Amino acid sequence: MQTHQYDVVIVGAGGAGMRAALESSTRVRTAVISKLYPTRSHTGAAQGGMCAALANVEEDNWEWHTFDTVKGGDYLVDQDAAEVMAKEAIDAVLDLEKMGLPFNRTPEGKIDQRRFGGHTRNHGEAAVRRSCYAADRTGHMILQTLYQQCVKNDVEFFNEFYVLDLLVDHDLAAGHVPDGEEVNVSGVVAYELATGEIHVFRAKSVVLATGGAGKIFKTTSNAHTLTGDGMALAYRRGIPLEDMEFFQFHPTGLAGLGILLSEAARGEGGILRNAQGERFMERYAPTIKDLAPRDIVARSMANEVREGRGAGPNKDYVLLDLTHLEPAHIDAKLPDITEFARTYLGVEPYTEPVPVYPTAHYAMGGVPTNIEGEVLRNSTDVIRGLYAAGEVACVSVHGSNRLGTNSLLDINVFGKRAGISAAQYAAGAQWVDIPENPAATVEAELETIRTRGDGERVADIRRALQETMDANAQVFRTEESLEQALSDLKALRKRFAAVSVQDKSRTFNTDLLEAVELGFLLDIAETVVVGALNRKESRGGHFREDYPDRDDKSYMQHTMAYRRPLAAKGHRLWGSDSDGDRKGSFAHTTVFDDYQVVLGSKPVTVTRYQPMERKY
Amino acid sequence: MTATLDATPEVGAVPSFEVTLKVMRYLPSDDGSTPVPHWDEFRVQAHGTDRVLDALHKVKWEQDGSLTFRRSCAHGVCGSDAMRINGRNRLACKTLLKDLDPSKPITVEPIKGLPVVKDLVVDMEPFFASYREIMPFLVTTGTEPTKERRQSAEQRERFDDTTKCILCAACTSSCPVFWTDGQYFGPAAIVNAHRFIFDSRDEGGAQRLEILNDKEGVWRCRTTFNCTEACPRGIEITKAIQEVKRAMITRAF
Repeated sequence: MQTHQYDVVIVGAGGAGMRAALESSTRVRTAVISKLYPTRSHTGAAQGGMCAALANVEEDNWEWHTFDTVKGGDYLVDQDAAEVMAKEAIDAVLDLEKMGLPFNRTPEGKIDQRRFGGHTRNHGEAAVRRSCYAADRTGHMILQTLYQQCVKNDVEFFNEFYVLDLLVDHDLAAGHVPDGEEVNVSGVVAYELATGEIHVFRAKSVVLATGGAGKIFKTTSNAHTLTGDGMALAYRRGIPLEDMEFFQFHPTGLAGLGILLSEAARGEGGILRNAQGERFMERYAPTIKDLAPRDIVARSMANEVREGRGAGPNKDYVLLDLTHLEPAHIDAKLPDITEFARTYLGVEPYTEPVPVYPTAHYAMGGVPTNIEGEVLRNSTDVIRGLYAAGEVACVSVHGSNRLGTNSLLDINVFGKRAGISAAQYAAGAQWVDIPENPAATVEAELETIRTRGDGERVADIRRALQETMDANAQVFRTEESLEQALSDLKALRKRFAAVSVQDKSRTFNTDLLEAVELGFLLDIAETVVVGALNRKESRGGHFREDYPDRDDKSYMQHTMAYRRPLAAKGHRLWGSDSDGDRKGSFAHTTVFDDYQVVLGSKPVTVTRYQPMERKY
Repeated sequence: MTATLDATPEVGAVPSFEVTLKVMRYLPSDDGSTPVPHWDEFRVQAHGTDRVLDALHKVKWEQDGSLTFRRSCAHGVCGSDAMRINGRNRLACKTLLKDLDPSKPITVEPIKGLPVVKDLVVDMEPFFASYREIMPFLVTTGTEPTKERRQSAEQRERFDDTTKCILCAACTSSCPVFWTDGQYFGPAAIVNAHRFIFDSRDEGGAQRLEILNDKEGVWRCRTTFNCTEACPRGIEITKAIQEVKRAMITRAF
């Protein structure tokens, strides 16, 4: 075992992690720990752009952007955070340009902008050109540019190191910690993939920037490596996860494969059609049609298929039609996604419509933070020294449905903020003692799995998990389907207790790591399903067929999911503590074999915009 | 959307078929003894749109969990899974099995010229070290403008091709010069130098050209075009290298 000491440790080297690192590393001693080489991170797969009200091509302002974000999120957005993001978006884009990002340009040489779903002029009048972009490779350019700057600034990376535990001085999942009691982070425990060695990183501040958890679903645009690690690490220490039931299904995944085709395809004029060739979005969103927010488009597509108007031999997808666009325009603006259609489905988008179907894309929920990136342990108290940014976090700028391009914005704005906050805190903070034998839990868990004889295969459990999530917790949900998912998850958790791997070596043992990641996926799936069961309304990305309307009276609150010990083990569930609601719509407890999931609520911050009916 | 063996194939798909993967194995043991590289063969059932990566996953998940390779995005943008497939460098996630003549065994080996760690995993550090040496970041002087730097669409187009690089190493590890001389910067590093040398906003071109004028720099390129053929992003790498050579002579860029 090796021990390291840094002022700030950043976990994850995608957009949020590297943006944080650029701030933190110039201020205090900083390490970035990443399970991948930084340029492999999934920020690189983002395509369409990053919105900012630069007004380079038409009138725009950040207030309109704030409104669109709030409305797009079906009013579950914390409006103070959305305002920060929309305002700081402008500098975030200019910062990237100054770092060298090769944006597409206007004839005058300014950063070009294009239309994107849900982004409108003057509070919904018409689509506005707000998305700054580099062809359909904007995420790739952001990831490369941030990595280039990290190289320039000599940022210290630990690549292919898996963080497997978060060290805190009070484990909130293990026992009772009263309100007001100070809880401090003290570091992380990591596993070096190349050697199998354990490393303890002592730190004054830890920034979680591990990205999303799309692999809880079978059909997903997410990378194999997006297994919710950071969310699960926090959750296992009793830190709540916020709004996990809100998962975004991107309308245009390549049918059957889930590979993302950017919304920019529709921003550039692409049209969705059913088997009859009808532009069906005209019925669902008469004003902005194909450029309605993703939850609405995804549901509309699923509905077309359900009502028998799907295309293809099994009538199980719809068509994305680009055939009316000039090939030269397609090549200039959408080169990558059209190549995906050719490579993976053998479809030529110049002349044939592309089969598409919704694909699990983005977790709106995550580790709760305030606008400084500080992680909350209930509605108000922070964990000292712990920060989160990007998809792992819930700040909450996306509410119940994220607008396209706002994720690349989120990682830049809040990655920067978290990096600055973490460094400033570390500069003034004392070292917190790390626990005795800090790596004991991780070592025991890894050794148990690695040395276990015949047992359950990782791939079998994972497939069963993904299948039940796709079948029961996807675009359409009901009490019945979610109860089925919950009971499946409980059964899978029992099977996971007997999981074993075939690779018994210590060198580059990805078999072992896949088992660990499966544990994270099971944790995340449980928070999604429990939150979805409790939320008896439909809002944004969460659609309950048995409760098809939004219910602001009962549910205009964030869901907080806390893992707590079973009551028998002494957790004072309904004392004065603010973790978990004792009454109201969020009073809900789900008992698992070794722990319980206790739900609570957190108020939504409303500043300028009172909830209205959401129509497009 | 659940695909099963008997399901009607998706549009553009071909029916399921069996393939044999012949994989170069290298499995270090914990006692430190030197492993013997050897071929292992696996039979897998594949579907119409399956890629080599899907077949490798099937082996790992259903037959032999110790089979080791890197992967992440699985659609050709992260650059994790460059490997030598039927003797050619490609991304496993972008190579469809049906395009490879599935009637013969498909050989899969690690990319060449970098030390093998385990099976298809190589040590990428020497590759990234070359990349870092060419100053792969925008160099500017003077005060920053308050708004964006202006750049015309033509100026932006000038270096578009080389911005596509995903650092997968398919090019560098296909280069015979790199195989015999690991000190050579290699195509990927030159591609990334090109990306900045021809960016109208950059002022570090002269320094980068100086670095690449080294005996291990661009002059080692023998114009074999292996790199261009290997690039999964379709970058015209040999052309980019030629442009860097020309810039070095003419000092015009």
